[in-house]
Amino acid sequence: MSLARQPAAARPLLEVRGVSVRFGALLALNRVSLEIGRGEIVAIIGPNGAGKTTLLNVISGFYHPYEGRIVFEGRDRTRLAPPDVAALGIARTFQNVALFKGMTVLDNIMTGRLLKMRGSFLLEAVYWGPARRQELAHRAVVERIIDFLEIQAIRKTPAGRLPYGLQKRVELARALAAEPTLLLLDEPMAGMNVEEKEDMCRFILDVNSEFDTTIALIEHDMGVVMDISDRVAVLDYGRKIADGSPDHVRKDQAVLDAYLGVSHG
Amino acid sequence: MGEILYGVFVAPFRDMAGSPAFLAEVVIGGVFAGLLYSLVALGFVLIFKASGVFNFAQGVMVLFAALTLVGLLERGLPVVVALVLTALVMVALAFAIERAVLRPLVNQEHIILFMATIGLNFFLEGFGEMVWGANVKKLDVGIPDRTFVMAGIQVNQLELFAAVTAAVLVAVLAVFFHGTRIGRALRAVADDHEAALSIGIPLKTIWVIVWSVAGIVAMVAGIMWGAKSGVQFSLSLIALKALPVLILGGFTSVPGAIAGGLIVGVGEKLGEVYWGPLVGGAIENWFAYVVALAFLLFRPQGLFGEKIIERV
Repeated sequence: MSLARQPAAARPLLEVRGVSVRFGALLALNRVSLEIGRGEIVAIIGPNGAGKTTLLNVISGFYHPYEGRIVFEGRDRTRLAPPDVAALGIARTFQNVALFKGMTVLDNIMTGRLLKMRGSFLLEAVYWGPARRQELAHRAVVERIIDFLEIQAIRKTPAGRLPYGLQKRVELARALAAEPTLLLLDEPMAGMNVEEKEDMCRFILDVNSEFDTTIALIEHDMGVVMDISDRVAVLDYGRKIADGSPDHVRKDQAVLDAYLGVSHG
Repeated sequence: MGEILYGVFVAPFRDMAGSPAFLAEVVIGGVFAGLLYSLVALGFVLIFKASGVFNFAQGVMVLFAALTLVGLLERGLPVVVALVLTALVMVALAFAIERAVLRPLVNQEHIILFMATIGLNFFLEGFGEMVWGANVKKLDVGIPDRTFVMAGIQVNQLELFAAVTAAVLVAVLAVFFHGTRIGRALRAVADDHEAALSIGIPLKTIWVIVWSVAGIVAMVAGIMWGAKSGVQFSLSLIALKALPVLILGGFTSVPGAIAGGLIVGVGEKLGEVYWGPLVGGAIENWFAYVVALAFLLFRPQGLFGEKIIERV
């Protein structure tokens, strides 16, 4: 297995070491190991039911593996709960958009800043002094993200009323508002038309280069995966069957058999 | 026939017009009762919004808070100390409920959590009785209970005090839940648990906060009600009156709880006084349920339910 690009830091940002997850009799992940280096864009692909979302859920703390470890920035964090994982600087989006549908786009993105907020509730309640300055500072960050993702026009629209493609974009904005070190995207382009996909690709690449955000994403569109990823990991039936540069993975016989090829049975 | 129509559609309004001061007194009495319903309903709404749990034990929490307060006062503590201690007890109760009831049942069906609150209801009732005794008690926290005449209308100081307290409480809650990051987190949790977790909102903390606030709201309701009619176990039955209030106002709306409470309170007093004699009285006991039934038929989301969800 050759790596397309060795990350600059000696140690990978995230190490998934021999992780297994079991749902009853089903082994959703079977000793999967994956390293994600700082600054990389890593795509996780595989047929339906291969365990891609499970892997993302393990990394973000929604599931805990029964064996194996997860090391983030050199520290073991296998057993952390989702809010604590978020506090470490890992943000995510969901396969079926999980926005706060009743809130406006702006409020949705502001919730992404919750972890960054400090200070007295009392001051906040009366919106005075430091609390006011803080709110304004966070607001400024959020406005930058809104500009960046080109969603100025829908700032005040309740998220539930937006078309699916835009909801996905708002969800990305909320994740970015947390200024994550590692961004996990679960099918960021599902259900989008070609134009929206191109926009989303551009955003992902820009986030990666401008904010130095490391990105792991699940995607089904092979064209997109091959275009934007530095590295591709392939899962099948809970096992990792390949890991390498897009070119390498494209030619891998196991991958062709399991996924790209004809043998779906 | 004509007599009945006259009794339903003419006589009550003639009576109202004939004595506006008396009408005003009836309405004020209704507003007072309504505010107390609202306070109980408010506790329901807070918990329902944040966790989707219908807390059957809210009524008993009112009783429990009142019992605790009376018990502490009986032991000779100053009113302020007793109030603070009772508030602390309610917060401790919130922690205990989160730890013993909510946490083990996380991700369970709502109906299971609902059943758990029924269990909580009986536990609190029994526990309160065991600790503080089952006698009817007088609650005196020093709120003046004199009646004075203002513009020809009799006004009770206690009722006035209750009205102002409820208004202040609602205003504080509104600011707290809309202006602060806790408020934003609470709305986020109410909207989508998973997403809330992923952006770093700890569900457990939010639950403790919400149950604490609901406990303190219950305490305020308990004080008002206890001061008016004594602390007794029938106090927990107000919870049943809060149900139609919630159906009227919408389960998720704080303003709805207030409006619903006022409508039920005023409506049942007016009904009792002006239409009651037609059917031999006791309208007060079932008026709220009939209104709630009508709402379920024609506007099941309540007055504010849906609209508020959209905008909040």
